[in-house]
Amino acid sequence: MTLLIEQTLNGIQLGLLMFLLAAGLTLVFGIMDLVNLAHGSLYMFGAYFCASFTAWTDSFVLGALLALPAALLLGVVVEIVVVRKLYRRDHLDHVLATFGLILIANDLVRAVWGPDGRRIPLPAWLNQPIYLTPDLPYPTYRFAVIVVGAAVALFLYWLVTRTRTGMWIRAGASNRTMIGALGINVEALFTLVFGLGAVLAALAGLMAGPIVTVSIGMGDNILILAFVIIVIGGIGSIKGAFIAAMIVGMIDTLGRALLPDLLKSFLSVTAANTAAPALSSMAIYLLMAGVLVWRPTGLFGARG
Amino acid sequence: MAEAMLKVEGLVKRFGGLVATDNLSLDVRDGEVHALIGPNGAGKTTLIAQLSGFLRPDAGRITFTDRDITALPAAARVRLGLARSFQITSVLRDFTALDNVALAEQARQGHSFRFWQPARSDRSLRGPASAALEAVGLAHRADDPAASLSHGEQRQLEVAMALACDPRLLLLDEPMAGMGPEESARMVDLLRGLRGQRTMLLIEHDMDAVFALADRITVLVYGRAIATGTPAEIRANPEVRTAYLGESEGT
Amino acid sequence: MTELLTPFATWRGRIAALVLVLLGLLPLYAPWLDAAGIISQKFALTLMTRVLILAIAAISLNLILGYGGIVSFGHAVYIGLGGYAVGIMAHHGVTNGFLQFPVAIGLSALFALAIGALSLRTRGVYFIMITLAFAQLVYYVGVGLEPYGGDDGLTINRRSDFAGLLPTRGPDKTTAFYVVSFVVLLLVLGLVHRLVNSRFGMALRGAKSNEQRMQALGMPTFRYRLTAFVIAGAICGLAGALLANHTEFISPAMMHWTRSGDLIVMVVLGGMGSLLGPVYGAVAFLLLEEFLPGLLKVVLTWLHDGVAAVLGPGAGALESWLRLAEYWQIALGAILILVVLYARGGIDSLFGRPRHG
Repeated sequence: MTLLIEQTLNGIQLGLLMFLLAAGLTLVFGIMDLVNLAHGSLYMFGAYFCASFTAWTDSFVLGALLALPAALLLGVVVEIVVVRKLYRRDHLDHVLATFGLILIANDLVRAVWGPDGRRIPLPAWLNQPIYLTPDLPYPTYRFAVIVVGAAVALFLYWLVTRTRTGMWIRAGASNRTMIGALGINVEALFTLVFGLGAVLAALAGLMAGPIVTVSIGMGDNILILAFVIIVIGGIGSIKGAFIAAMIVGMIDTLGRALLPDLLKSFLSVTAANTAAPALSSMAIYLLMAGVLVWRPTGLFGARG
Repeated sequence: MAEAMLKVEGLVKRFGGLVATDNLSLDVRDGEVHALIGPNGAGKTTLIAQLSGFLRPDAGRITFTDRDITALPAAARVRLGLARSFQITSVLRDFTALDNVALAEQARQGHSFRFWQPARSDRSLRGPASAALEAVGLAHRADDPAASLSHGEQRQLEVAMALACDPRLLLLDEPMAGMGPEESARMVDLLRGLRGQRTMLLIEHDMDAVFALADRITVLVYGRAIATGTPAEIRANPEVRTAYLGESEGT
Repeated sequence: MTELLTPFATWRGRIAALVLVLLGLLPLYAPWLDAAGIISQKFALTLMTRVLILAIAAISLNLILGYGGIVSFGHAVYIGLGGYAVGIMAHHGVTNGFLQFPVAIGLSALFALAIGALSLRTRGVYFIMITLAFAQLVYYVGVGLEPYGGDDGLTINRRSDFAGLLPTRGPDKTTAFYVVSFVVLLLVLGLVHRLVNSRFGMALRGAKSNEQRMQALGMPTFRYRLTAFVIAGAICGLAGALLANHTEFISPAMMHWTRSGDLIVMVVLGGMGSLLGPVYGAVAFLLLEEFLPGLLKVVLTWLHDGVAAVLGPGAGALESWLRLAEYWQIALGAILILVVLYARGGIDSLFGRPRHG
């Protein structure tokens, strides 16, 4: 029972991280109609920035707070130099050009930070368990990730549904010519949205940093997962991204945690340990295929 | 009285709160040129889309040559003999004019699961396609890419493609849209030449053309057919005059 | 006879012929390159065999991407399926190539049929993503296949045996395999050429140009797109079977999504919807990958010497300049972005415009 609660919390935590990554992607996608494969690179840069700033300031919190504006700056620069030229192109061009950006990003990181992975050390107060009930310890850091992730999700919800900027964003997602007609500076709005996406991706990356090793290409596989999430949720839908991220986080975590024991009853131990993560990954892609066959534009998607 | 080739009964199509087709009934008789007129937003293009299978109606029934085709996909309707042209010129831009028509001919001949013989030197395709181009007066542009044709020529090509499907009923969605007076006159001549050979349902804004070509006219307002009759009857109908013709003269 | 010569009437045709002749005759002049100290014969043939095989895969992708407008982002999955079919059969002692290859091709075609039937109903970016998802699905099956090495892959101890017609070991096997790959490439080129110019090909290209119009002409476009998807999968499975034989190794990495990305890059780099484009693309992409670091070193040496001539010792040591060449992927990424932004027709369009259609 304790294991189940712990793994459920892990699932929520992974789901929230995935949501941060997917939210930026789905906004950029919904508003600019841009397929950005390099979104995973922004996630990676977030983690590396945080690793460096943490080492420099000797504080993870300060490091994280410095990494976010750095990611914003990076996002804005990338948008102005490359991405902006892609809006009028088709999806294939987006895929190719941002694939090129991934190559550049990975080697750039190798040139600056070297080929070896980095660990982000946690301060002592985050590095101990917190007792949710007297006999249910849970890592404080993971708990903090849940709190921050939930707060950012609420903030995004507020931003998109309650503010003027959010109104523009929603208008942009449903009708691109309309926001131009409203007299809004479309170019600046696009840069802003891309920058916001970069910050969200970097936040996800730097929060994942202390849990996984910060390494080159860390964003490549998780990016595909983020794409799966926004496609399941329906492109452009923050709500859809949130629900899909939670489902994917749960499937992945619970699959990895519970499947090995299940499989061991009819497979060898090593075979079960290899097959379980593969099976839980497969389950996610099966889910996506199923959703798309059933609803070709995702759970909450309007446009094709 | 001739048989009804196309019968539309109680057709309804809603977009959210907007009723684009409102319990519409209509029939097109064998051999006639039936014109569909109405002010902008009357739901003419929505109707064509439902007749040709690109939109599914919410309610109602479409019968073509005594067959219920309401649920049939677009391609299957064409094979039954119901072909359309598009209001917004919709030719294959990177293909030559002749290729465009040859593709229509290829579709008419049946399935395209022939993987080996080059289609461009296939006389059974090129022959009829050339003839169709000739018929609309485009023979001299056969080898030019469709994108390089003038607007009027593209409209002619559009009709040639629809004709190459050898339809029993031709749905023409504003064939004269965006044409100058000279091009329009040529198109009217072309369509007049087809009278008697093809049954046509013609949507058109150009009233001179409609009254010159149509055997019968149906007036559509807010998705509803308010009157059907001969050109003389429509001209004399007071309801039509207030709803539509009066307006039209003002513009 | 004159019809056979028409391709040579244009520069495009002449260059295509030149490239094919250069590729075909490599086994003849490779020893000479070796003797001249330019490149070792074995290395040249091994590298170029890989180029030929990936060119076949890229041609198959071009059939659907370039001629059909179908942006499949999971095409490497068929390389994996073809490769695993050969590898798993070899692992169980079945090395008969006349059995292995049909199984590899058939398996790929079957998967393409299933994937295509489900995904061709979606449009645009959803299609890109669903093909990616299916490829990842199969990728993780590979990762989970513990008996066949899981993530680490599987070494193939014996190459496909074609009744002894092909040397499977010894010094001749490299050359023999190169020749076989080249012949397969020619056959695939011929097949795709016939396909895209046939009635089927015209229907496929028409659906790319304007699918709605094609349906309004009475064309059931879904069937043609699906058929093309299956043919492309089958050809790519053949490439996978060849690749497994070439590297004598299979692993899930063969079908990682970035490999699918590489294939798209080859097609676009070479020229979409042009017959030889994917071949140019494969040659350019793989040679860049192989020689870009060396090329960068040459450029960096020039730059260093130039700067040193002005600044003297202020330019720093040549070594530190040359270290930059390690990061050649930055250059590759930049080239890719520049091609997308400024050279959409790819390499093929540099040799003159194709005739229409």
